[in-house]
Amino acid sequence: MKKRRILESSVLYTIIAIVIGFVIGALFLASAGISPAVAYGKLIDGVFGKPKFMIWTLVYASPLIFTGLSVAFSLRTGVFNIGAEGQFVVGAMAACACGIILKLPPVIHAIVCVLVAALAGFIWSYLVGILKVKRGIHEVLSFIMFNWIAFYLSNFLVNTETLHKEGSGEATKNVLDSARLLFPEGILKALNCNGANWGFILAIVAAIVMWIIIEKTTLGYKLKAVGFNKDAATFGGINADRSILTALGISGALAGIGGAVQVLGMSGRISQFAGQEGYGFEGITVALIAGSNPIGCIFSGIFYGAMKYGGSKLTMVGAPEEVIDIIMGCVIIFIAISSVFKEMFLKIGKKNQ
Amino acid sequence: MGRVSHMDESTVVIAMKDIVKKFGDFTANDHINLTVHKGEVHAILGENGAGKSTLMNVLCGLYKPTSGQIQLNGKDVTFNSPKDAIDMGIGMVHQHFMLIQPFTVTDNIILGVEPTKGLTVDKKTAREKVLELSERYNMKIDPDAKIEDISVGMQQRVEILKVLYRGADVLILDEPTASLTPQEIEGLMEIIQNLTADGKSIILITHKLKEITASSDQCTIIRQGKYIDTVKVAEVNENDLAAMMVGRDVNFKVEKKEQEAGEVVLDVKGIRAKDYRGVEILNGLNLQVRRGEIVGLAGVDGNGQTELVEILTGLRKAEAGEVKILGKDVFNATPKQTFEAGISSIPADRQKHGLVLEFSNEDNMILQHFEEAPFAKKGFLDRKAIREHAAKLMEKFDVRPRGTEGAPSATLSGGNQQKVIIAREVTNDKDLLIAVNPTRGLDVGAIEFVHKYLVEQRNKNRAVLLVSFELDEIMSLSDRIEVIFDGQITGSVAGKDADEKELGYLMAGGKQA
Repeated sequence: MKKRRILESSVLYTIIAIVIGFVIGALFLASAGISPAVAYGKLIDGVFGKPKFMIWTLVYASPLIFTGLSVAFSLRTGVFNIGAEGQFVVGAMAACACGIILKLPPVIHAIVCVLVAALAGFIWSYLVGILKVKRGIHEVLSFIMFNWIAFYLSNFLVNTETLHKEGSGEATKNVLDSARLLFPEGILKALNCNGANWGFILAIVAAIVMWIIIEKTTLGYKLKAVGFNKDAATFGGINADRSILTALGISGALAGIGGAVQVLGMSGRISQFAGQEGYGFEGITVALIAGSNPIGCIFSGIFYGAMKYGGSKLTMVGAPEEVIDIIMGCVIIFIAISSVFKEMFLKIGKKNQ
Repeated sequence: MGRVSHMDESTVVIAMKDIVKKFGDFTANDHINLTVHKGEVHAILGENGAGKSTLMNVLCGLYKPTSGQIQLNGKDVTFNSPKDAIDMGIGMVHQHFMLIQPFTVTDNIILGVEPTKGLTVDKKTAREKVLELSERYNMKIDPDAKIEDISVGMQQRVEILKVLYRGADVLILDEPTASLTPQEIEGLMEIIQNLTADGKSIILITHKLKEITASSDQCTIIRQGKYIDTVKVAEVNENDLAAMMVGRDVNFKVEKKEQEAGEVVLDVKGIRAKDYRGVEILNGLNLQVRRGEIVGLAGVDGNGQTELVEILTGLRKAEAGEVKILGKDVFNATPKQTFEAGISSIPADRQKHGLVLEFSNEDNMILQHFEEAPFAKKGFLDRKAIREHAAKLMEKFDVRPRGTEGAPSATLSGGNQQKVIIAREVTNDKDLLIAVNPTRGLDVGAIEFVHKYLVEQRNKNRAVLLVSFELDEIMSLSDRIEVIFDGQITGSVAGKDADEKELGYLMAGGKQA
């Protein structure tokens, strides 16, 4: 019985998928003439080699946990937020603008920036919801278009006089120190990491809050009922349209906060993009690895963060950073087809009995 | 009914011996025997979840038995897939049709076994063969019609033709009458006769006793996965069959004390509505339901009853008219408003409207009450209260298996899903209960149970509106029967005076004398 439970657990298949992803990545590395052992050694060393590295990993993970939560929350409530990318961008832009323009005392300034970012993401997603509910336009289509609108809007705003950095360069001014989410100077010194910030703590709090909303509250009940079966929910007296809007709004707000965490915690400004940055799309990966479980998003977010941060050091051993994308892509494919493995293993397990 | 038996007792076609099928620790079939002769109609009778479908899935190759032997024409056989079974002449007509709507009848029948001429499909030969089969068994099917344009009864004939086309000599019909009108059922019975006259054997899965006595030679009864008996249908009556199936005596007659109807609870006046094509489906319908009475709405499917109920429960908007509950206007109100005004309802489609199948049973039990005490406190769900509530209702309404409060409703059998809905709606304690086909697909034990609760609501002086395509059900339960035809009430009969012939006449559009 115990063995069977392990065979049915989705965690097992996630781990299998990750292992297969690495094996395939190794094949690619080997075919490019790079020793997988050296490359993966560097990857592991790059993440775990020093305490500082591990903190950087969490810094990289924080925005990904938020976009992961955003997508996971939408999936649990029956919509698919493929627009976390755009909500992330408007959130980042809103936080950045507030961080530059507003003059507020520390802490309060940062809180205001995060809230404005959440609101921006909320509205960006809510608009798509309105198109869906009032006009019947499929959310996936509008989300993709809204991603591009956000992308160009951000590039436009970066170059406006108020925000653009004086002199050359294609970035905004730095946000004021009062708006930053960085840990106090002393802690940064002690940690020997100048990027350590509150983002990761915020992400954990957000994950727990989302888990509580989904599992414990009447709001979660309502959103899930509509997500699973709109007709039955309507029959039961739930206003399905309003629920969809709420779900999309919350999902968008999460991605928006992710953008704020990125700007206020890490980069301190926004550069003009050449292409979509991908935090929102990476959020889809994070959510899928987590099986749409908010708490799971913390771990899958850290995993992706580690891959990104450690992967950025692969060039030091002559390995292309892109191998990370190959590995993550394979992981997703194998998670997607994990039910096939599940059937297979259960069958083998049964035969052995 | 003038039925002629074509059973040839000297020729055994199928013998299933000591069939055992286990799923994990659960034994779905526990040493079941089944012998089917040439030309026989053999009914398999059992409650929901008794193991009928499992047995048939073993016979048609979908499941492999854990132990036991199947013999076909005296020879041991093993089926590894449904294809093996159909190749040996055993074909199953499933309850839910598997047809491609935009394809023609012929296309659907030949799908997967298309006759070819060179590289192209030889549609001409196929069409002729379909037509020939249809004529042989008097099925009156148009081989060129598209599935989406033909009635449910005709679609079923296409399914039957599909297995005949593949050369089946044994046809398994799974709940074949579940979605048919009385006329279509009669047509089906004729076709069964024609098939047996031609030497085919029919295995009929059903829990409608009347159909068994009207159509079958023998009947095998299964109860909780165990073989009970095989009887000659001519030698038993419906009560015997029911008792064997349920394991106790079943009361068919609905006991109802005489009582006067009270004040008007539901008052519908001049309702007009259009269906999705913009065709007028209700044109000026009037209806009243009073306290302490069950009003049966009789009618052939498609005459506006579905739309009427959707309007009453807030799922559909009407064009014009008046709807009042105890004097309160609920015309074109939302589902929540109609519920709060006093309408509780058992919906026609339990999986679409009745339940969130992915939700646990306990969550489904509170669908209309999840925001109220004691289930919610300050926006948080009180799991303990929800579980206790569900446990109480599942005990009272005999939802099986017990102890599944936290399991998804999708894992329950159809009958038990219906019990979850009934438990929820009846305990709502509303002034009006609307029940649409409340016993569809249920076995006699469950039907008796549902009927008992409907009558109990009436006896508690609530108003009950019963919409059903089962005329028997309407006649045995209703204090007053209203006949709906073409979007209007065309006749009204007191329940105790009701006569099947007269109702049939009214339902077909006849005028009341």
